[in-house]
Parts: sequence; structure tokens; C-alpha cells
Amino acid sequence: MKYAYYPGCSLEYNALAYDVSVRKVADLLGFTLEEIDDWNCCGATEYFSQDELTAASVIARNLALVEPDVDQLVAPCAACYCNLIKVDRLMTNHPATGEKINEALAAGNLHYQPGRVRIRHILDMIYEDVGEAAIRQKVVRPLTGLKVAPYYGCQVVRPITADNTEYPTRMDELFTWLGAEVIDYPAKTHCCGGHMTQISELQAFELIRRLLHSAVSRGANVILCACPMCQLNLDAYQGRVATHFKTNLRVPILYFTQVLGLALGIDAPSLGFGKEIVSAEPVLEATLGTTLLQSAPS
Amino acid sequence: MINPPATVRDASFLHEVISETPGGERIVHCMQCGSCAGSCPNGPDMDHTPRVLFALIAAGQRKKVLSSNTMWCCVSCYACTSRCPQNIPVTDIMYALKRISLREGMANTTDAPALAQTFTGLLDRYGRSFEFGLASRYYLFNKPLSMLRMGPLGLRMFTRGRMSLRPSKIRQLDQLQAIIEKARQLGGTA
Repeated sequence: MKYAYYPGCSLEYNALAYDVSVRKVADLLGFTLEEIDDWNCCGATEYFSQDELTAASVIARNLALVEPDVDQLVAPCAACYCNLIKVDRLMTNHPATGEKINEALAAGNLHYQPGRVRIRHILDMIYEDVGEAAIRQKVVRPLTGLKVAPYYGCQVVRPITADNTEYPTRMDELFTWLGAEVIDYPAKTHCCGGHMTQISELQAFELIRRLLHSAVSRGANVILCACPMCQLNLDAYQGRVATHFKTNLRVPILYFTQVLGLALGIDAPSLGFGKEIVSAEPVLEATLGTTLLQSAPS
Repeated sequence: MINPPATVRDASFLHEVISETPGGERIVHCMQCGSCAGSCPNGPDMDHTPRVLFALIAAGQRKKVLSSNTMWCCVSCYACTSRCPQNIPVTDIMYALKRISLREGMANTTDAPALAQTFTGLLDRYGRSFEFGLASRYYLFNKPLSMLRMGPLGLRMFTRGRMSLRPSKIRQLDQLQAIIEKARQLGGTA
């Protein structure tokens, strides 16, 4: 099956581990991801704060660039996914606005027909289009002994989701199929603080502390993310959060596609391990094998 | 036109907020239940919780609303939006209030507008976000002292290949900039 692929800016550098693991996993599962040619930034939450029509038009350019023979788009970044689907719905539900957006697109010789492209998050694509039976069949390295805390965050499950918005379970189910012990914890859809780490960091630190404690106190030895912002906040700021609250925290934060890739037998070095600030090596090697991250051929 | 509650004397601000927000007319159905306030991760740091803010909007308290830090504390987690029993697009109303307060020059309580403007300035210029450019510019002009604390983190990101010192640019910048220019001409409100 062919999908237009919208990596988003974070996946170029900051969340490179997400990008490489998504591509590897998709390849193994038989999906063709066709990167949208010359895609642009979705503006995150920053453009909507200033100018709504420009924000929407900038996002719509990406939808207009999807090749005519492709009718589905997959985005791994929660914010990109949320923005793309938000604009598609905005154009569908408010036709006058849709026309204005198309008027702006016309200045670049582009046009987008609202509803033409089905916008999906990578988690939904794997959960729905592969499903339990096929995934179970493809597991070559069961995640036995790994205690994973699936972290959904905000924009994968709000405001628009195919999962349960209050109590999503798709990542939980997926990792049960892979043989991991899945940790249920109340903060799995709580906010990581988003860009507050840059604006008012103590405000964000408290949210990060609550999240990490919620997962770790229930036994998690790794937290799985589906969003670059979540991964960045929980991983890169974890040391400072621990220092600030005088607490002991050392839990690796990985993209769910990295760990999924391990279970599917993809060689570990090509899944982007080692890019995380809090190293996942001790936990993965203790549970899955002592030479996991070095030995595999590339 | 939507009829404001009978108790409201000056409904002009209410209508301004509604016209700025797609689906914003739902705001008149706010019954002050506080689901939004109770769901908000940043509620404790807000001058007014969303519930109070909606009461202030209904009461026509334009200045009090627009000069508050409330909307700038919103990071778009959408918890309020998904829980509002009256289907009010709370997050989108927060975006609308951010835009109005910026236009009116009343967004002076936090660094959030500076971050937003630096971010989109880079987007307009390169077509992609540029984390190193964003961090260095934003911290230099808004929180120069924090640069010392951010330095080691930036270095760790850089050594892991998670940050580039050069922006990546799209090929058809002219096309994107033409779209942006046209969208601006058509007016900021969608």
C-alpha cells in the first residue's frame, strides 16, 4: 500500500531516530512511504497564534503537494498530524474558509480539494492496516521482560482520534502483541508541557516530573513516545527535572517505532538507538540481550 | 447573529471572539461547569482559568481578558476541547485570543509571543523550522542568562546529530512565500 509521507521538521534532526525507525518498520511491514516532495513546516502551534489564514494555507500547501495517485497521508509527528487533519476539517466544515485557503494556494499554482487525502497517524496506520494477527506473526524478538509505558501525549489522541480519546489503548495493545509487559498509568495522555520548556521551564518541569513518576512508580523501565516534542521534553530535560526536584530519575524515552522495530528483528543500530540523552542501552541489554545494540550487522 | 445572554450589556467583545474563531459561536453555550479549567495542565499558572475567562468574555471585559496571560499559558493539549460538554472549541478560542491580543499590542505578560514570532519568522524565510536558529535567537533576545544553562543540552543534542547548525530550506521558497503573502492580503481571519 502506498502512502504520502510527511516527516515534519523535527524528524530531520531532533527526532531522527523516529524517522529512521518509521521508515525501517514501514518497509518491513510492506508499506510504501512516498515522501511529499518539497514539503514545508506545519507551523506547529506557533502560526495559529498569530494569523489563522496564513497558518492554514501554509499547512494546506503540503496537502496540495500530495501526488494525485495517492489518497492517504501518514505523519509520525503528533503536531503535524493534528495540524494537517485540523486544516482538512476546517476546509471541509467551513467552505468559505476553504475557498480563501485555495485562493492563497492559487498564488503558488496549487489547489487542494478538502477531504481528498485521508490523514493518519503512524500508530493508527500500523494498528489498523497491519493488525494483531500479522504483527504477532512477524515478531522474531519478543520483548519479554521489557516493561513499557506507552505515552500518547496530547495531539495524537486529541482533538481527533480513531482511538479512545480519554483512555487510548492502541499502543498498549500493540506492545502486548510484541510480548512486552505494558504498564497502565494514569498520566498516559497528560501534557508534557509542550513549548513551555522554552517559555516558562519550571511550569513544564512539574508536568514532566508528574509524568515520569506516574510511569516509573508503576514499574516502567522504558517510556514509549509517538511525538517528537514529548520525547524531547521527557528525555532532554529529564536530568534537569531530576536535579530541580532532588529526585532520582533515569528512564529512557524511546519512539515506539524503535522498540517495535527491535521486536520485528530489525538490526538495532539502524533504528536510531544511541540518539537519546538518557541511554536505553542498559535497560535493553538487561532485558533483551547483552550485545543487542552492537552486534547486529547493518 | 447569535443572541448573547440577556444579562450581557456589551456583547461586542463576545462577537469579536466568535467572528475570530471557526465554530466559535458555541461559546454562548458555556454553562460555567469548569471542565476546561479542571482539565488544563497549566491552569494553576493562569491569571484566569478558561472558565473564568469565558465569563469575562460574556461580561465584555475586553481589556482584562486580552492583557491576561491565560491564552499564552495554553500549549494546545486540547484536553478542554475534547472534554467540553457543550462542544466549545476552547483551544481554538485561545488561539483567537492570542491573535487579538497580539494585534492590539496587549501580549506583554510572557515570552510566548516572542517564541511564536521567532518560529514563524524562520518558517517564512526557509520553509522549514530551524531549531538552532530558533533557540539561539529566542534565548539571546529574551532570556540571555538561560543560554548558559541551555548550552550543555544544546551540545549533547549536537553531538548526537539531533541538531543542525545550518537551516534546511525548501526548494520552492518563492511558491511558499507567494502563498503566505496572498493569505496575509486576504486577512488574518479564516
